[in-house]
Amino acid sequence: MARGPSSSSVPSTPLLKDELDIVIPTIRNLDFLEMWRPFFQPYHLIIVQDGDPSKTIKVPEGFDYELYNRNDINRILGPKASCISFKDSACRCFGYMVSKKKYIYTIDDDCFVAKDPSGKDINALEQHIKNLLAPSTPFFFNTLYDPFRDGADFVRGYPFSLREGVPTAVSHGLWLNIPDYDAPTQLVKPLERNTRFVDAVLTIPKGTLFPMCGMNLAFNRELIGPSMYFGLMGDGQPIGRYDDMWAGWCTKVICDHLGLGVKTGLPYIWHSKASNPFVNLKKEYNGIFWQEELIPFFQAATLPKECTTVQKCYVELSKQVREKLGKVDPYFNKLADAMVTWIEAWDELNPSENAIISANGSANAK
Amino acid sequence: MSFVVEDNDVDIVIAALWPDLTALFEGWRPIFSRFHIIIIKDYDLEADLHIPPGFDHHIYTKSDIERVVGSTSINFSGHSCRYFGYLISSKKYVVSIDADCLPARDDEGRPIDAISQHIINLKTPATPFFFNTLYDPFREGTDFVRGYPFSLRTGVECVLSCGLWLNAADFDVPTQAVKPHEKNTRYVDAVLTVPLRTFMPVSGINIGFNRHVLGPVMLPAMRLDGEGKQRWGTMDDIWCGMCAKVVCDHLGLGAKTGMPYVWRVGGGNAWESLKKEWKGVKLMEEIVPFFQSVKLPRTVATAEDCVIQIAAMVRGRLGPVDEVFSRAADAMEEWLRIWKRVGSQGR
Repeated sequence: MARGPSSSSVPSTPLLKDELDIVIPTIRNLDFLEMWRPFFQPYHLIIVQDGDPSKTIKVPEGFDYELYNRNDINRILGPKASCISFKDSACRCFGYMVSKKKYIYTIDDDCFVAKDPSGKDINALEQHIKNLLAPSTPFFFNTLYDPFRDGADFVRGYPFSLREGVPTAVSHGLWLNIPDYDAPTQLVKPLERNTRFVDAVLTIPKGTLFPMCGMNLAFNRELIGPSMYFGLMGDGQPIGRYDDMWAGWCTKVICDHLGLGVKTGLPYIWHSKASNPFVNLKKEYNGIFWQEELIPFFQAATLPKECTTVQKCYVELSKQVREKLGKVDPYFNKLADAMVTWIEAWDELNPSENAIISANGSANAK
Repeated sequence: MSFVVEDNDVDIVIAALWPDLTALFEGWRPIFSRFHIIIIKDYDLEADLHIPPGFDHHIYTKSDIERVVGSTSINFSGHSCRYFGYLISSKKYVVSIDADCLPARDDEGRPIDAISQHIINLKTPATPFFFNTLYDPFREGTDFVRGYPFSLRTGVECVLSCGLWLNAADFDVPTQAVKPHEKNTRYVDAVLTVPLRTFMPVSGINIGFNRHVLGPVMLPAMRLDGEGKQRWGTMDDIWCGMCAKVVCDHLGLGAKTGMPYVWRVGGGNAWESLKKEWKGVKLMEEIVPFFQSVKLPRTVATAEDCVIQIAAMVRGRLGPVDEVFSRAADAMEEWLRIWKRVGSQGR
């Protein structure tokens, strides 16, 4: 990626078409893919079909894909399938587990191509790739945002020893049109639309948590994949719409521990569907109260230095979840169990991937 | 939320490092003319200042500074002259903009009222405890996103507003030398809170703050040997920004960064400056880890007391590393003495 003195020609972003899978959870249809065709067609898709497995989900012609329904998930994971949610888009994390690629991009089926202020279609995937391939800068905030973007740099006062940055594990994109609000906010402001295009990518500083939305999200699966468990949501569970939040808080704690970076900002997609706020309120209800306990828990979470891999970090976190959140609600004991099951399933399906991340954050190949 | 920016709440402070300020004042006329403007003349400037008519302003010179402050070890020359403006102001809010800056224009070509934007930033809460992915949730047309804890949605008082610059960005000497033609053309339509325990280089080029709270902290302590008149040779703002962030974090207050933008003319020959020892760049390697490790006792409850504690730590831990830090600690303590005598009367 472009680094150092700027040159007049901008190097083009690699497609990474053999290194990236697009994971899409769906319960209805994949019509939205038609609009994405120019950008997505080079890539392999992993479709995770939620809900009734006997229903046929038609994938538009010309896409290379694998599709998994609930029967497939049960067959592949056996008893460990209990960790994968049913009737909730959280099931998408099954796609992360079965992928064999280095990078994942996940997108919701009600997300379309947005336009930038000049009217040009935004290639969200290309921007995510740029974000992931350029370093992050979590240790000191750069006031001109991502210093690795064209036309930007580190500002006066930014220590030179921190200018190399760290590997980027996560690229969190945003949404124009229907904003990702919780149910109470949706009820109070049903007509509010996000029309503000903020032309920035920035690293979320070390020690800072954020609400990670899974609608438009990319990550380096080799660096951080096992932490992207989207939890127990949906059918039979007391909570919904906190799947991505859970994964984001776990992931951020682990990234901070391992010296990896998380970026947020561009790219934007166009979010077209506002879900029913009353339905959302029922799903989120427990989450709204529980998050008051969850945030202090994650803010205070520390991992011992012996946790040098994502899996070890994650299992350690699951112990802390059990110990400290079990008393908030028995759900968290179940979730802690599911976190362990997830790691076991991940390691079973990905036996040769044991990326050892040294304590200073540099990722060594296995 | 709609805001009325009261004229009487704000002083604009300008450091006059050259005599002809016509372009500055004419460029800002529609925006500056409603406010009182404090102009501090650089010690080394002998010529009279040219200021066009129609502005409510007061010029302070070296003799005014000497009369008000008395004998002091603090050097108020060069870019540091503006701190006298912070001291002498009696308003709740101070906005300071470098004299080589003009109003920027937004993507629609409209001049940006940097003063009002700073005041809006300072009058709306900051949210340092959890990052909002849609940036400032108090801006029109946006809000807290799903997953943002409700107990954190009231936010805290914002006392520092750090603006940005189009055209000539605030780069250091090596970057400027290597990229002499790089211009910042990207207008990022965002204000965001700097999270708790996150530090950043605060640029004094375009800044606003709550003087009643942060006055004791916005101090001219870090002065490099042979510091000239070029912005890239200064560190005073970086230093007081680090102190200010420690104070904000400790007292549960907020700092924001982002808009407003100003259009900075900049200029100068960075290669010439590179020939001198660019000590500031080396000092940051010590400064950042130091401030990141500062923990103040819980009993410290005022900005002044925070500064006393920080100064002692600077002297103890950084003093042995370089003499410039011992001088900074001295300056911090000296500033507090002056502030108690002169500055705090502004409340």
